[in-house]
Amino acid sequence: MSIQAQIEEKLKTLSPTWLTVENESHRHNVPADSETHFKVTLVSARFEGMMPVKRHQQLYALLADELAGPVHALALHPYTPDEWQARGGQRPDSPDCRGGSEA
Amino acid sequence: MSTTVENIQQQISENPILIYMKGTPQLPQCGFSAQTVQALMACGERFAFVNVLDNPDIRAELPKVANWPTFPQLWLNGELVGGCDIVVEMYQNGELEKLVKDAAAKQQDDA
Repeated sequence: MSIQAQIEEKLKTLSPTWLTVENESHRHNVPADSETHFKVTLVSARFEGMMPVKRHQQLYALLADELAGPVHALALHPYTPDEWQARGGQRPDSPDCRGGSEA
Repeated sequence: MSTTVENIQQQISENPILIYMKGTPQLPQCGFSAQTVQALMACGERFAFVNVLDNPDIRAELPKVANWPTFPQLWLNGELVGGCDIVVEMYQNGELEKLVKDAAAKQQDDA
C-alpha cells in the first residue's frame, strides 16, 4: 500500500465527512515519486470544541508511525463541518520549498 | 551539565515568545518555517528563536517534550501554539497578534 493510502486509511477512523490527502513531495527537494510531503484536509464533527493544537496532536498521534518513518512534512487542515462550510470548502496552499529539507 | 530536555524547558520558560525553526528569521531553510516566522515578525514584537538545524540535540528531543513531531513550533508564555498551519491561520484571523502582544506585555512586566 502506498504511504498516501496508508494515511487515508488511518484517518478514516475519525469519521471524516471530507478527507483529502495530497502528495506535495514533487514541490520539494526530494527524488521523483517520493512520498515525503503531504497535505491533509479533514473535516470531522469530532473536532467540535477542540483547540487547533489538540486537533493537530490527535492527527499526529494517529500518524506517528508514518512521521517516524518516511514522512518528512505534514500540513494539516482540520475543520469542523461548520468551519468547513464557512470557508466555502477551501483549504490554504502550502508554502514553497526553501531547499532545506535534507539539511 | 544540563541535559537537552532541561535546556528546552529553560528556553520555553524564559522566553514568552519563542520559535523553533529551520534556519533563521533572516534566512529560513524551509517554506513552513519561513511562512511562520513571517507571520510572527508581522506582529511587531521582539521574539527569541532557535535554529534546530544548528542544534541537532534539540531537533531530536523537542518533538517528544512538545508532543509535536515537526518544525516550526511557536511557543507563547510557555505553551505550544502550533506549527505553520495554525500560526498562519491565527495570523489571518487576527488572533495571533493579540496573543503575541499579550506575551510581550507580560515580558515587560517581568523585566
